Amino acid sequence: MASLRDLRRRIRSVANTQKITKAMELVSASKLRRAQERMESARPYAEELAGIMSELMRRTPEYRHPYLAVRPVQHRCLILVTSDRGLVGALNANSLRLALQEMSGETPTAVVTIGRRGRDVMRRLRKPLIADISNYGDRPTLADILPAVRVARQQFDEGLVDQIDLVYARFVSVSRHDPVLQRVLPLEPPAAAPAVRSLFEYEPEARDVLDALLPRYAEAQVYRAVLENIASEQAARIVAMHSASENATDLIESLTLTANKVRQTTITTELMEVVSGAGALAG
Amino acid sequence: MAKLHVELVTAEGRVLSQEADFVVAPGSAGELGVLPHHIPLLTTLRPGEVMVRNEGVEEYLFVSGGFLEVLPDRVVILADAAERADEIDLARAEAARRAAEEALSARASDAEAAAKLERALYRLRVAEVRRRRRSHEQHL
Repeated sequence: MASLRDLRRRIRSVANTQKITKAMELVSASKLRRAQERMESARPYAEELAGIMSELMRRTPEYRHPYLAVRPVQHRCLILVTSDRGLVGALNANSLRLALQEMSGETPTAVVTIGRRGRDVMRRLRKPLIADISNYGDRPTLADILPAVRVARQQFDEGLVDQIDLVYARFVSVSRHDPVLQRVLPLEPPAAAPAVRSLFEYEPEARDVLDALLPRYAEAQVYRAVLENIASEQAARIVAMHSASENATDLIESLTLTANKVRQTTITTELMEVVSGAGALAG
Repeated sequence: MAKLHVELVTAEGRVLSQEADFVVAPGSAGELGVLPHHIPLLTTLRPGEVMVRNEGVEEYLFVSGGFLEVLPDRVVILADAAERADEIDLARAEAARRAAEEALSARASDAEAAAKLERALYRLRVAEVRRRRRSHEQHL
C-alpha cells in the first residue's frame, strides 16, 4: 500500500526523468539536422568518383581489376555499422538482426564493427571480430573510418575473403530507418554516366587511374553508410525520447489520480473519526 | 577573359569552389599548370601543393593525393583525406585490429558482466513497475 508521500516522491522522480527525455529529444533534433547536412556535403565527392569510374570502365572494358571480378564466395567479411550509444529504440537491434541472419549461413564470415553497440554484441556472441572502430562521435572524418575499411580490404586483397558486405541503417525519414545490406567488394559498377568525359587524356594510363580510384570508391561507400547511420541514430533517438516523454506524462497522470484518491480517503477517514468522536461525547 | 571554375572536393565536403585564372596541381607525372581551355585531362595527384590564382591573388592548399579532372571551363580536384598517407593509415588499421582483439580477449570480465548487470537492473525495474501498478490498483 503506497503512502501519499511515496506517491508524491514517485511523481517528482518521473517528472525529472521526463525533463531529461525532453532535453534529449531536442538535442537529437538539432544533431539530426547537422548529420543530414554532413550527408549532403559528402555527396559531391562520391558522385564525382562514380562519374569518373563509369567513364573509365567504358574506356577499358577489357581490364578486369580484382575489385570488379566476382569470385565464388568461400569466405565473407561483414562491416557492421551501429551507434556508439543506446536509447535509440530498435535501431541497432534491427541492424544486428540482419547482420546475424546473414552470418548464420554456411559461409564463414568475419566481422568488422564500426560502433560500440555492434562490437559488444559480436564480442558476446564470440564472433570472429577482426577490426573495430568505436567512439567515432557525431562527426567522424573519412580518416576515422578508413582503418576499418583498410583491414577488410587487406583480407580481400590477400584472398582471405571473397566478398565484403556492409550492414547499416538507411535513413528514409525521421520515423523510418531500415537496416540494409550492401555489397562493397567486388564493386557494383555505378550506372553509366553521360559521355561528357569521352575525350579525356589520362595520366598516367586510364587503368592506373582506375587502380587508384576503386579503393577510394569502396571507402567512400562505407563512409557514406556511417554518415547515414548517424542520421538514423539521431532520428531514432528523437522518436524514442518522444514516446518516453509521452509515457512519462501518462504515468504522472495516473500517479496523480492515485495520490488524490489516497488523500481523499485519508481526509474522509479523519472526518469520520472526528464526527463519531463528537457523537460519542454528545450521546 | 575566360575563367576556370575550380572545385576542391574531399569526402567530407566541398573545401573550395571559386573562379580562377590559373591552377597548378601536383600531378603524379609532374607539376601541372592549367589555364582555361585546357585539353580534358584526368590524372592522379601525388602529395603536394595546389595553387589557385584569381586576379593576381594566389591561394595555396595542401593535398595528400587524389585526382585532378580538367574540363575546358572547369577543374575538379578530388582530394584524399590528409591521413591517407600509407604509414599512418597502416598504423591506424593495426590499432583497429588490436581493438578487436582486445574486445575479444576481454571475455566474461567486462562485457558480459556489464550485460548481466544491465539485464538484472532491467528485471528489477520491471518488477518494481509491476509492484507499483498493483499497489495503485488496490486503491482504485
